[in-house]
Amino acid sequence: MTNAVEIRELHKSFGDLEVLKGIDLDVAQGEAVVLLGSSGSGKSTLLRCINFMEEPTSGRVSLNGDLIGTEQGGRMRYRESDLCQLRTRIGMVFQHFNLFPHKTVLENVMEGQVIVLGRSKAEAKEKAMAQLARVGLEEKAPEYPARLSGGQKQRVAIARALAMDPEVMLFDEVTSALDPELVGEVLKTMRQLAEEGMTMVCVTHEIGFAYHVANKVCFLHQGQILEQGAPQVVLKTPETSRVREFLEGHSLFKLPE
Amino acid sequence: MHEWDFAATLADMDLLLLGLWNTIQVFVLALAFGVPLGLGLALGRMSRTPVLSQLCSFVIEFFRTTPPLVQLFWFFFALPILISVQMTPFVASVLTFSIQSSAFFAEIFRGGINSIDKGQWEAAKAIGMTRKASLRRIILPQAVKRMIPAFAERSIELLKTTTLISTVSYADLMFQANELASKTFRPLEVYTVVAVMYFFLILVFSQITILLEYRLAKSGEGTMR
Repeated sequence: MTNAVEIRELHKSFGDLEVLKGIDLDVAQGEAVVLLGSSGSGKSTLLRCINFMEEPTSGRVSLNGDLIGTEQGGRMRYRESDLCQLRTRIGMVFQHFNLFPHKTVLENVMEGQVIVLGRSKAEAKEKAMAQLARVGLEEKAPEYPARLSGGQKQRVAIARALAMDPEVMLFDEVTSALDPELVGEVLKTMRQLAEEGMTMVCVTHEIGFAYHVANKVCFLHQGQILEQGAPQVVLKTPETSRVREFLEGHSLFKLPE
Repeated sequence: MHEWDFAATLADMDLLLLGLWNTIQVFVLALAFGVPLGLGLALGRMSRTPVLSQLCSFVIEFFRTTPPLVQLFWFFFALPILISVQMTPFVASVLTFSIQSSAFFAEIFRGGINSIDKGQWEAAKAIGMTRKASLRRIILPQAVKRMIPAFAERSIELLKTTTLISTVSYADLMFQANELASKTFRPLEVYTVVAVMYFFLILVFSQITILLEYRLAKSGEGTMR
């Protein structure tokens, strides 16, 4: 079976700073992959290279067998229109929600469907309501985002991405800006998506989520994948001291059993 | 002590009202051309094409830094000589104040657009929108709300600056006032009435913008709460 996402020899530099130093990553269809690593390890940049929010400096990215861009003189070239088309096939959810504040919840979820995919308003509305129901927020459809809690905003953002019928969903630290008590509802929505077979790549600091939901975790360190594998292996018996230190830092204070 | 006598002034009120109407015409046309032109200049200045960006920056800076009276004289006297066009006081006035105010509106647009969180561009991009669609659907509607106070301020400034067009013999309110003052020998009364007319004109305009701001604030985020 073709991989949903295939990344080969990916490099990304910002000016002189090389953030990604040769990444190879496969995401199988229906798989949930969690990217871990300390800040500055390149995990967010890697995620953003998958839907070309950042253009890789070199390397190849394929989505369900389609190589993105065309090769010219040993370099990949990307046309803006192709990238816009690609992004309709990949959903992305951000740390700060980025809902459109001047549009209602329903309009937020309809916007891309109507403007980008060219769906009729009736079809888009029906689809939007279905996705809002999926994240448990259909009764918030007429509200403006300002009236929602952080957790609700993030679930609307998830519905907005899902309404485009993406082949892959990307989650960029989507619970980091939430009050602790609101983290659960968002993680629950993500878990439900994973169980429904959605292919997803998540950058998160929620080790528990990685352990229980991910099929694969990748630990990034200084722009490279240091360890990857099943969460039960990588998180329980890490091979490198770097990963051990990282995990210890995340579990310094635990409630007694 | 001056003895106030408004009789002569009020008797020729139709002269002043004609002037008021002429002032409003120039003002409305300067806004109608100046606002879209300002948006164009702002987008040009923010463009990633260096030549376009520099050209628009130059136009904006040029018209912000030269006195409007000089611009008016230039359009009225110099342009007909350089390119043999017939220039009426009306055309010169509209031309001058459209371009002059567009330079200021451009900076208001640029400030408004830049004030929108980068995340809004990102969210639009992530659902596959082009930059153009993002700007039109997501960024501008939010930016415009924030721009209204600055926009109103600048428009009021524009309305007051239009008094300069009396110097090229366009029969605006100021020009009519000068005429009437020398006709009636009652300058104090004439200019008092004219001041009151400007006051009410601008008051009405600023109330409209406040109403607009209030209406827009109701839908989602706005500058007023």
